[in-house]
Amino acid sequence: MIRIENLSKTYGDTTVVQPVSLTIEKGHIAALVGTSGSGKTTLLRMINRLVEPSSGKVWIGDEDAATIAPHLLRRRIGYAIQGHGLFPHRTLAQNIAMVPQLLGWKPRDISDRVDELLTLFQLDPARFRDRMPHQLSGGQQQRVGVARALAARPEVLLMDEPFGALDPVIRAKAQDDLRDIQRQLGTTLVIVTHDMEEAVTLGDRIAVMDKGVLLQYGPPTEILTHPATPFVEALIGKAERPFRLLSLSHIGDIAVPGEAEGPALPRDTSARDALAQCLWLGRDRLAVQGGGVVTLEALRTRAKGDGA
Amino acid sequence: MIARLILAALACLLVAFLLTPQSFAWLFVPLTKNGAPPIYTQTGLLSLTLSHLGLVALASLASTIVAVGLGVLVTRPAGREFLPLARTITSIGQTFPPVAVLALAVPAMGFGAGPTLVALFLYGLLPIFENTLTALQNLPPSVIEAARGMGLTRRQRLLQVELPLALPVILAGVRLSVVISLATATIGSTVAAHTLGEVIIAGLLSANTAFVVQGGLIVGLIAVLIYEGFQQVEKATARRIGQMQQE
Ligand SMILES: Nc1ncnc2c1ncn2[C@@H]1O[C@H](COP(=O)(O)OP(=O)(O)OP(=O)(O)O)[C@@H](O)[C@H]1O
Ligand SMILES: [Mg+2]
Repeated sequence: MIRIENLSKTYGDTTVVQPVSLTIEKGHIAALVGTSGSGKTTLLRMINRLVEPSSGKVWIGDEDAATIAPHLLRRRIGYAIQGHGLFPHRTLAQNIAMVPQLLGWKPRDISDRVDELLTLFQLDPARFRDRMPHQLSGGQQQRVGVARALAARPEVLLMDEPFGALDPVIRAKAQDDLRDIQRQLGTTLVIVTHDMEEAVTLGDRIAVMDKGVLLQYGPPTEILTHPATPFVEALIGKAERPFRLLSLSHIGDIAVPGEAEGPALPRDTSARDALAQCLWLGRDRLAVQGGGVVTLEALRTRAKGDGA
Repeated sequence: MIARLILAALACLLVAFLLTPQSFAWLFVPLTKNGAPPIYTQTGLLSLTLSHLGLVALASLASTIVAVGLGVLVTRPAGREFLPLARTITSIGQTFPPVAVLALAVPAMGFGAGPTLVALFLYGLLPIFENTLTALQNLPPSVIEAARGMGLTRRQRLLQVELPLALPVILAGVRLSVVISLATATIGSTVAAHTLGEVIIAGLLSANTAFVVQGGLIVGLIAVLIYEGFQQVEKATARRIGQMQQE
């Protein structure tokens, strides 16, 4: 769990983050969104004290972050950034091993952990362990950057636009993987993003910032259906709103008994994809694997944010 | 490939000449007048070369330690204010003529290797310092940010990340410094240091062009070989960190 209390940052006489308070439950994902320069990165970096707060407190679990030496605090908190920041002069294994080494793990445990993470991120250890970062594709480098951040099993992971430089297909894949891995490990995750889509798909909670002020903090559905200010409304994009809402539910959850022709869709298909199928096939109902159907009517209701 | 062969051939030629200078005498005879000796024999060429190299190595080592140390110091938060001072010191070291350094150092240190070492040391600081500075100031920001974010201490960041990444550029500075020192060391012979300058000066004093040419040739050949050797090492380190693709 991360608890942020009245956290603010002032440079000279400009306040770039006005006092912010929010709590991120253990094992949850909080997505920070907002326009460029709104203070997202600054807020994130105050959590691991890469930026010293001007006022306020950060609690990691029940420990006050200000009472832990910064370098020791950072070894406990995973940190992944845009442009991955891999050490170009170290092999992938050495990159991933960095924090466990700083923490004094046994060499045996470290090499096991390296292989485990590489496998988790779908990089065959035998092939990739001893490669240099420049011998990887951008997407692979990004995965190793995230693997490295998770190496010492941190309770908390901070990510600053980690997928910003990836193409849309690889990005969607990376988001899926991240979500799976985060669920599996129970990591508390704070992710900064420019991309509302990413915030909606990943976030259990979304924090919207503008000019250093936290405008709204809540679950995606709430942000989408009840934006607190016109700015939030503009940021989520009115035209995209129904589709974003649809992308939040799986058809398994809105299936009703019935029969429909055609192949059945998996239960974890998003309502958004189901709508696309309906439109494309010109049908008003689709079969769902394991029985039942999803109807155009149900999709329409969801798209208005009802029944969530 | 061809360049390598030429270099290897040059290296062999150099070694052969230093070991058996007399077997090359016929080459230098046309440069002599009135039956003067074609090969310098007052002191062995090999011994002069070795002591020349020793002086350069010692002075360059000292320059490297001091210049890299200064470069590191002025790029730390605590040392930033010393940047202008360090720049001034190293620039003066480079612009103050080595001959003048010798002249000033002799009264204090007497004749011999001492004044030459001081002159070479001062003269060699600037390229290494400037390169160290450039390298440390232009490290990839995301790598430094990641190192900080992972909880490396300042010292760990310097030793494990910053210096290894700066190494190719620092080495380029050392290469320049060494090559300049190789040539400059010849003037050490004016204050009785054992360098190849002795051969050249003897040639000048006795109007024997053969001596001047052989002294100059040896220094030039060594400089080319060392320059190339350094470049190979720089390329290898740069390639390792992906800064240079295989050619
Ligand atoms: N060290 C600093 N000194 C002065 N001002 C700073 C400093 N760091 C950030 N700022 C200012 O604080 C504001 C917020 O910056 P921040 O990097 O947190 O924005 P951001 O929301 O992450 O933007 P982006 O989406 O472009 O990354 C900006 O106006 C920036 O210029
Ligand atoms: Mg930012």
